[in-house]
Amino acid sequence: MLKEPIRPDDELHSKTSFGTDIQGAPELKSEIMTLNVGPQHPSTHGVLRVVVDLSGEQILRLTPHIGYLHTGFEKNMENRTYTQCITYTPRMDYLHSFAHDLAYALAVEKLVGAEVPPRAQVIRVMLNELSRIASHLVFLGTGLLDFGALTPFFYAFREREALLDLFEWVSGQRFHHNYIRVGGLKEDLPEEFLSEVKKFLAVMPHRIDEYEKLFRESPIFYERAKGVAVIPAEDAINLSLTGGSLRASGVNYDVRKAYPYAGYESYSFDVPVLQGGDVYDRMVIRILEMRESVKIIRQAVERLEGLGPGPIRDPNPQVSLPPRELLETSMEAVIYHFKLVTEGFHPALGEVYVPTESARGELGYYIVSDGGSMPYRVKVRAPSFVNLQSLSYACKGVQVADMVAVIASLDPVMGDVDR
Amino acid sequence: MTDPLWMVGIKAFLVVFGLLTAFAYMTLIERRLLARFQVRWGPNRVGPMGLLQPLADAIKSILKEDIVPTKADKVVFVLAPVIAITFALVGFGLIPFGPKGAFFGFDPWVINLDVGILYLFAVSEMAVYGIFLAGWASNSKYSLLGSLRSSAALISYELALGMSLLAPVMLVGSLNLQDIVEWQDKHVWLILPMFPAFVLFTIASMAEAARTPFDLPEAEQELVGGYSTEYASIKWALFQMAEYVHLITASALIPTIYLGGWKMPGFIPDIPYLWMFLKIALFLFFFIWIRATWFRLRYDQLMRFGWGRLFPAALVWFLVVAFYVALNGGKA
Repeated sequence: MLKEPIRPDDELHSKTSFGTDIQGAPELKSEIMTLNVGPQHPSTHGVLRVVVDLSGEQILRLTPHIGYLHTGFEKNMENRTYTQCITYTPRMDYLHSFAHDLAYALAVEKLVGAEVPPRAQVIRVMLNELSRIASHLVFLGTGLLDFGALTPFFYAFREREALLDLFEWVSGQRFHHNYIRVGGLKEDLPEEFLSEVKKFLAVMPHRIDEYEKLFRESPIFYERAKGVAVIPAEDAINLSLTGGSLRASGVNYDVRKAYPYAGYESYSFDVPVLQGGDVYDRMVIRILEMRESVKIIRQAVERLEGLGPGPIRDPNPQVSLPPRELLETSMEAVIYHFKLVTEGFHPALGEVYVPTESARGELGYYIVSDGGSMPYRVKVRAPSFVNLQSLSYACKGVQVADMVAVIASLDPVMGDVDR
Repeated sequence: MTDPLWMVGIKAFLVVFGLLTAFAYMTLIERRLLARFQVRWGPNRVGPMGLLQPLADAIKSILKEDIVPTKADKVVFVLAPVIAITFALVGFGLIPFGPKGAFFGFDPWVINLDVGILYLFAVSEMAVYGIFLAGWASNSKYSLLGSLRSSAALISYELALGMSLLAPVMLVGSLNLQDIVEWQDKHVWLILPMFPAFVLFTIASMAEAARTPFDLPEAEQELVGGYSTEYASIKWALFQMAEYVHLITASALIPTIYLGGWKMPGFIPDIPYLWMFLKIALFLFFFIWIRATWFRLRYDQLMRFGWGRLFPAALVWFLVVAFYVALNGGKA
């Protein structure tokens, strides 16, 4: 539980009138202003609606209202085969959509016991990290926009555009990639893809330095963000905060290190941890994380070049479609193909939870199988949703101008919150 | 010798016309320049190099539906933008652009007041009424917060603005803008002896024109549109106009007082209009540059900066200059 439970009513009453220091002066009455922000508002990062009680410009209480983007993805997935479900996963967190694809695929693979070939594993990690950088770029651009700085937004989107071009090249889609399949990938990387990634890697570290300079050394930014909306480590843990926001509070928890998946244990990278727990550290830690992602991508590219061509899907015909050319020669392949396309595969009875590290925090898929070809129940542990509950805690007592900065620093994606 | 009244009228019309045109093209230049700072193109589709963009914007904002909120105070709601633009426009006429008779035999300024600077202060102080009444009459919480912010900020920066102007005025010994220009021509540009006052005045002018990093009143990230949230159509455009005209006036006032006005030092020929326009353009560019680069201050930080840093600094400098002038027997 929180150390200091928010008891708004007491506080409201205590603040409704100013104390009178001067003898005989009439008591000044002041009112609490209730301000509704959103769901359509320039800086709530989607359709988040918050209702704030203000005393002057200071926030006494903040109540987030969510659900404006509720789409029922989880329920819908109960009526789709495991393969069809992949169309839903990237639509939840449209900024770091490879993370959702990957988390879902990992969960189902655990359920059916599929083996992912090494080449596919490395490609998954590479794309996941590229996507993490793209997500952090949006975070930085829009986050700094909330501080009134217009220019970083366009700079960040320049690099993100390059990344989206890469994603479009590999999967045919800029946002909703649907590239990862249960047991592997949809298809192999296009030719020359690695050299394009290398070109990006050559540019990106300088650009990261540039972004860092744009805001980290700015005295105005320091003044506005340092020490604002501090979430101490203990409270961060109690609020189930994860991801960069948790690590900015001094807790070293990264699922990629704590519960490695997709071969993350074999890459060498650091987990940046900052101690401040304020908006400033939550912004800066994303810069540091981008540097680590670049490291991972570099290693992945080297590995892919070392591995050479190879299978990118589990050869088990019960999970993944047989190669096209086999359909003309093998009756068995035709049967498997027919079964997979018409009804999909049937995992054994059971349930599974796989945590992963998305750009926003711990992203887990909890899937229950009743033995059928469709999941009995899918529950996503969405980091945006869980992190958002820190908002009213962090915003207590801050200025209304800082509220948007706090929202930005917690990095919620409303698709991920409402699902 | 002063100009006949009909000539003053013509010049006043020209100044208003010129300022409104300058506003229109200022929006275009600002957007194009910002775009350059931000690795993009900016508006370049309407006409060659986007030169007709301001016209398109004007047509759009006039043709848009003019909404007055049901619960707004209708009279004040309509009056507020008019107040804002009126008091923004009346200040510029004092700025001298050349020597006597440089405007087809007439003076290149609308009117020459001996209390010029005082007058400029008076009208720029009135700008706060437009903003405050707009926020009040809109009957919207966003507008109210925005207008309260602006009023508080304007009043606190007005003090630093005044203090930083008093120092050069004391040195010159006149409130008349022409006298200040002449003094600089005879002695030295005031930016050299008065550098602290120049810096303070520039900062305070940025706050006065509500530019980044002091653009709190319309901090769209938290307050949507600030005091003009409920305004639409031409009434909204009037507020925009007022803001840009304030900016242009500030960009004209700073060189007039600190950078020799329309004159250039030494051997450089004093060409009427040209140097003044160039100096104005320089400061406008500087303000756009700042906007592309800086973050926005928070409301309480802005107030603390205004009262805690800017005002004391201006006061100290004022006292220093006052002692200097007193020791020299009232003469510089």
